[in-house]
Amino acid sequence: MTQSDRNKLFLTLIGVAICIYTLWPTFQFYSLSPEKRQEVLQARPSAATNEGDRERLQKLADLREKSIKLGLDLQGGMYLLLEVDKSKLGAAEARNAVDQARQIIGNRIDQFGVAEPSIQKQGDNRILIQLPGLLDQERAKDLIGQTALLEFKIVKTDEETRALLDRIDQALARRTTAAGADTFAAQHPFTSRFLSVSQGGESFTLNENVAAIDSMLAVIRADSTFQLESSLAWDSHESEREGRTGRSLLVLSKEPLMQGKDVQSAQMRLDLDQERPGAPGVSFTLTSRGGATFADVTGANVGRRLAIVLDNRVQSAPNIHERIPRGQGSITGSFTEEEAQNLAIVLRSGALPAPVHVVEERTVGPSLGQDSIQKGLKAGAVGAALVILFMVVYYRLSGLVAVVALVLNILGLLACMAGFHATLTLPGIAGIVLTIGMAVDANVLVFERIREELRNKKTVLAAIDLGYSRAFRTIVDAHVTTLLSALALMWFGSGPIRGFAVTLSIGLIINMITAVGVSKMVFDAWSLRRKVNTISI
Amino acid sequence: MLEILHGLNVDWMGKRHIAYWFSGICVLISIVSLVMHGGPRYGVDFTGGTLLEVAITPPPHVEKVRAAVDQAGFVGSEIQSLVKPGQFLIRLGTREGVKEPAKLVHDALTAAHAGSTIEILRVESVGPRVGGELRGAAIKAVFLALGLILVYVAIRYDWRYSLGAIVALFHDVFIALGAISLTNKEVTLTVVAAFLTIAGFSINDTIVVFDRIRERKQAMRRDTPQKVMNTAINETMSRTIITSLTVALTVLSLFFLGGEVIHDFSFAMLVGVVFGTYSSVFVASGLALETQLYLERVTPGRKK
Repeated sequence: MTQSDRNKLFLTLIGVAICIYTLWPTFQFYSLSPEKRQEVLQARPSAATNEGDRERLQKLADLREKSIKLGLDLQGGMYLLLEVDKSKLGAAEARNAVDQARQIIGNRIDQFGVAEPSIQKQGDNRILIQLPGLLDQERAKDLIGQTALLEFKIVKTDEETRALLDRIDQALARRTTAAGADTFAAQHPFTSRFLSVSQGGESFTLNENVAAIDSMLAVIRADSTFQLESSLAWDSHESEREGRTGRSLLVLSKEPLMQGKDVQSAQMRLDLDQERPGAPGVSFTLTSRGGATFADVTGANVGRRLAIVLDNRVQSAPNIHERIPRGQGSITGSFTEEEAQNLAIVLRSGALPAPVHVVEERTVGPSLGQDSIQKGLKAGAVGAALVILFMVVYYRLSGLVAVVALVLNILGLLACMAGFHATLTLPGIAGIVLTIGMAVDANVLVFERIREELRNKKTVLAAIDLGYSRAFRTIVDAHVTTLLSALALMWFGSGPIRGFAVTLSIGLIINMITAVGVSKMVFDAWSLRRKVNTISI
Repeated sequence: MLEILHGLNVDWMGKRHIAYWFSGICVLISIVSLVMHGGPRYGVDFTGGTLLEVAITPPPHVEKVRAAVDQAGFVGSEIQSLVKPGQFLIRLGTREGVKEPAKLVHDALTAAHAGSTIEILRVESVGPRVGGELRGAAIKAVFLALGLILVYVAIRYDWRYSLGAIVALFHDVFIALGAISLTNKEVTLTVVAAFLTIAGFSINDTIVVFDRIRERKQAMRRDTPQKVMNTAINETMSRTIITSLTVALTVLSLFFLGGEVIHDFSFAMLVGVVFGTYSSVFVASGLALETQLYLERVTPGRKK
């Protein structure tokens, strides 16, 4: 062995050692039992209560951090792309709306308790949320998507309500100058849709009429000549009249007396409703300023109804019996425990500055993820075994050298992924499997060339040298072109697809080192040690 | 020494006209299939919409699932039974103004299959605007990749060769698209990833042949271009076959063992690998020869 060979070998060994060191946490993590692994995934040192716990959790979190992460498609989870609807905001508000929304959603998810959520701003008005692992997806979506604008408004009296609805009738009747205009329905297009009008401030209609009423209200709201001094909101719950289910519309004061930002804390409670003990509700405490306003407002409106409105739906509208001084209140209704829990969370973390809509959603259940991992690994193992078998049978000892290079390639590829905190997805596994198939190409080129040179009666040593040097240029060309298309893919793809581009690209780059460098080194070391006249190829 | 295809002496270029016919027919079939299907069948990634994969135990009949989905208001949805009994892929028809289509369907399925367990394995829901954006990005990526490859090949090789390489590239990707259309599979993000990989693989194979042609041209100055090319192709044939074989081995294992999610990807790759190998010999080299012969005809005496 010459000095330069020794140096190369030394470098290779160091490289292998670094790879193994980088992959060690990954190995540790994936050899844990499933329960223990779940604990590592859920570890949140920031939530620890005492010092000892924090240290233990920090260690677990570090282990998680240093191992190769599985993509949402493999471990199950949820990918949501939200769009912030800025259409109703002023220029100044619009500027910060997305950042604010991102922060508030982050707060909500934090309180929901998801390990390693990722919440990123994307472009001008989008937020990308990735929630890995097992979770109640309906609940998570509900929690994230609520605007949670809480308002307190006074319910108008029956007379005021009646007067407004009559005006709406007239305005709508004027717009439709159809024949037969003297029937009741034609003269009262709006109120004729209701079963009862302004009873205790509520007007009840059947479910099938709700959409029609909404579209009439939209016409009224768009009419600039109509002075709408009140706001109209549906009850958030269905109710029954005369044995038929429907919904009530309430007429409320236009300006809110108070808003959700005056809420200091909120909790889910089961003892709020005297009539229905055990029914979940939310109790809240106002800030001192909010409490003072609340006291004033309730004092001035004793005997009227106070509507608690969330996202323009009336949650409840209790009668004000007396001035409420302490700034405490509650929201009850027909909540499930989870809904009440969610409401408490969104009240604590505040309202979004604007409504958000889900524009892209991808969820993968944990069992499909598990299935994908198993199938991906199986396909990889079988594919690798076939390639290795072929190489060894066809090229014998030289094939074995190529296999060593291939193993080092995959080792390096995985180490890079762990080192760069890249995520392994199912297409990513496909990328690795393809890398296995393509990586041996470089060695095939070299070996075929060596065989040709041997046929041309070159000596073994000369054939090896010529094989490598002549094939090298082709190898570079072939790698660069494949790399170019992988780069285009990396630029355009999102999520799992990018995972494919990443593994394929890293695999190709490392292949240039292992398939050419390492295998050449093995040949050199072997051929210089002894006088060689034959080669197993 | 175990060898296949050593010492070949086949007149590949003499048979190039047969290959042109074959390629022409394949491209024609692809075009006909695409026209008859009204263009590529895009998946929800690109059209927008909702795709659900559910597992119901015990397995019900597909018609029962269809009835439940209709009940939820999504009439005209496509429902496909997967290989595993009780697993269905549901591509929801459009229904205006529905915020939570997946939830509606889940509820309807639960109501229709009392006593069964229903698991939502996967939901993909893409808004129409995002779908349009993804489609735009995919088209851009494909052209970016082809453009980059084109530039690289143009720099590294004589333009007479580049032409053949690029035509071969389009030929391979187009036939893979045709195969997807012919088997009525959807063009999804993953399938586009396969197209790009095919592009890389196709040009890779072509480059190996071209490199050898260039090398042989130096050594065989007195021979006709046809003979030079035949020699180069014969010499690289074993490598071409072996590399395609190793890639095909891995793609086949993905195809048969990799599961539903990457099945279409593996299928497209498989077609791409087969045609990529074929086209580097016949289409790319054939056209390179064609341009060379044409140039010799128009500029006699400047034999190269």
